Amino acid sequence: MLRFILSKVVSLTVSLGVASLVIFAVVEIIPGDPAAYMLGINAQEDTVAALRAQLGLDVPKWQRYLDWIGGLLTGDLGTSYTYRTPVAEMVAERLWISLPLAVYALVLSTLIAFPAGLLAAARRGSMADVSVMSATQLGVAIPNFWFAMLMVLIFAINLRWVSAGGFPGWDAGFFAGLTALTLPAISLALPQAAILTRVMRSALLDTLDEDYVRTARAKGLSRGQVLWRHALRNALIPVLTIIGLQFSFLLAGGIIIEQVFYLPGLGRLIFQAISARDLIVVESVVMLLVFAVILVNFLVDIAYAVVDPRLRRK
Amino acid sequence: MAKSILTHATACAVVLALSAGTALAAKTDITVGMQLEPPHLDPTSAAAGAIDSVLYSNVFEGLTRFGPDGSVNPGLAESWEISEDGLTYTFTLRSGVTFHDGTAMDAEDVKFSLDRARAEDSANAQKGLFANIASVDVVDPLTAKVTLSTPTGNFLFNMAWGDAVIVAPESIESIKQTPIGTGAFKFDNWVQGDSITLVKNPDYWGTPAKLDKATFKFISDPTAAFAAMMAEDIDAFSGFPAPENLPQFDADPRFTVLVGSTEGETILSTNNKQPPLDNVKVRQAIAHAIDRRAIIDGAMFGYGTPIGSHFAPHNPAYVDLTGNSAYDPEKAKALLAEAGLADGFKTTLKLPPPSYARRGGEIIAAQLRAVGIETEISNLEWAQWLEQVFRGKDFGLTIVSHTEPMDIGIYGNPDYYFQYDNPKFREIMDELNVTTGGAARTELMQMAQKIISEDYVNGYLFQLAALGVVNTQVVGMWKDAPTQATDLTAVYWTD
Repeated sequence: MLRFILSKVVSLTVSLGVASLVIFAVVEIIPGDPAAYMLGINAQEDTVAALRAQLGLDVPKWQRYLDWIGGLLTGDLGTSYTYRTPVAEMVAERLWISLPLAVYALVLSTLIAFPAGLLAAARRGSMADVSVMSATQLGVAIPNFWFAMLMVLIFAINLRWVSAGGFPGWDAGFFAGLTALTLPAISLALPQAAILTRVMRSALLDTLDEDYVRTARAKGLSRGQVLWRHALRNALIPVLTIIGLQFSFLLAGGIIIEQVFYLPGLGRLIFQAISARDLIVVESVVMLLVFAVILVNFLVDIAYAVVDPRLRRK
Repeated sequence: MAKSILTHATACAVVLALSAGTALAAKTDITVGMQLEPPHLDPTSAAAGAIDSVLYSNVFEGLTRFGPDGSVNPGLAESWEISEDGLTYTFTLRSGVTFHDGTAMDAEDVKFSLDRARAEDSANAQKGLFANIASVDVVDPLTAKVTLSTPTGNFLFNMAWGDAVIVAPESIESIKQTPIGTGAFKFDNWVQGDSITLVKNPDYWGTPAKLDKATFKFISDPTAAFAAMMAEDIDAFSGFPAPENLPQFDADPRFTVLVGSTEGETILSTNNKQPPLDNVKVRQAIAHAIDRRAIIDGAMFGYGTPIGSHFAPHNPAYVDLTGNSAYDPEKAKALLAEAGLADGFKTTLKLPPPSYARRGGEIIAAQLRAVGIETEISNLEWAQWLEQVFRGKDFGLTIVSHTEPMDIGIYGNPDYYFQYDNPKFREIMDELNVTTGGAARTELMQMAQKIISEDYVNGYLFQLAALGVVNTQVVGMWKDAPTQATDLTAVYWTD
């Protein structure tokens, strides 16, 4: 197990190094100057040059790369060009929304998908199976932002139960924060739940066709017992993979939903930073996300090994 | 038993009194929606209009200030004297003005602010406003003397800009996060990405604000802005991004729609150095090929005033020159033939993100195609637009709204991105700079408008409208936008 983890750590480090180079190169290639963007169309050339110097943009690119990497290694993500505040602070603030939102959505989607998938697989071909499958078809097909707008229309504009968006901050109380995140989390969770249900069902059905399941049945276990004890555990591998991918997506991919509910999350931060050419913010946040994705994959790999002992010996 | 009834009665009375109290007293806080969030909070070192939208006049004040109609009124300077030669301005400052951190505002602060803005390493986005200042002297704590190198007819106007507000050396270090000004509101809190809160300044030198608290909420998505307004999460939206939704607000008794004018001349900017656009006949042909009404209706849902030159229609010195470029496709074709381009030509049309540009661009492309001009449309982000079009001058046509007030002077700079070079126009601008008399200035400004209109420098489309939606009970919001400001100092709720 230890060697398995060690080899994963090495590949994780290499991936991060390569990613940092690619991110820096790509971001620096995009045309557009942060100083010119900030000063607008009436600025004089000498003002732009003065601001570039203030921002430290006048040093060679390779040196900026080394400074950036050096900073990352010591936990310093740099200072935003436009906001002039440390990137780490900005990210931390945004993470306090994006992370709970992603977890909230993931919990909701799992809570829906597990029972639905189990039910559909256990009663394959029944009315229950058909309805679950049709519902997931719909869930996959409906764009989440459209569903989000529909919910805003019903719950915020017509019923006036919740506000149409925004985030009061966790200072306003845990419950107030959770309420503000509920509609966004549901909009994010439903399509994910639909996908997860389908994966869950097909993975379960695959395992139910395996020889060991037949053997277990022959030994006298009931259908339900087989489903719980043998099929579920083996079906978890593809399900975990999807959950891992979904979490990474939810963390930064919620940008459209953040836009609909005007939540100051991580996705919107990146979006704003790209249009303002706040290069250091884009680089550091994307790097952080790459790190998060790689870390999640790493944890999923470990989780595989826990569920399936055969993988540890490979 | 009797006691419990009594307690109940008291409780009921208290509840009644409380609810009656809240129902009767008018609200003293407001939430204002805005599309863009300020990058930081220093109006003197960035071009972002969003900074002024939150802070101008609310938190920061200058020597002079803009009124709701764009007039220049006394601000921190109570009065001023202009020397005979127009070179010396002696400002008498108001006494008893303090910054929000308690320090006094005096002539030293004026000197500091103006010197900082015109310094060599200044990051002021409108450094040109201060270019003619030769020196700033402190006569006594309440008198500041500004000496100019050349007479500047616009000087008092220039000092009213958000980029010329008075800041203090004591608080300049942290101004980008904690702005300290002299205004009727104090900065309270900024939840980045979400909102900025201002609170009433109890020690304000002038008429105190009627509101106790003002929150600016940033909602960039037009659909979300509509939803937030409809759900009454916000009380007003300044610069409403979706003109197509305005009739719906208009029909709803809960809301009032404010349609005013801005300083934004929206133009089909033309590269005057790129053939065949360097030929005035070709530019004139483009001008006649354009149907402004169709663009205003199609891109702005009818909001906007047609213009025929680079000048705001609400300005007293405005002349209506739209006749110079009346919609006449046949004439456009004839002019193209005269220029030797009977078969038309091909050029680029580069469009920045705002909807007036993107939607307007599609319509203009169709109108130009009708007279034989093919355009290759490319959509650019602002940063790309600045790099390629504005600084690189690599474009044929582009659409942009020039939102700075009184900016006809840009036509006097041959290096400006549309590269118009006319010595006669520059002479008029030089003369305008040294003229302080009202009537003479008006005449010069009208001559300037005519020259650029008759030279067809750019396609003049329309004056951008200021679109706002407010709760019907909110009084005192500005209808027009003479500068990018959401001045809340006179705003209050009616019962």
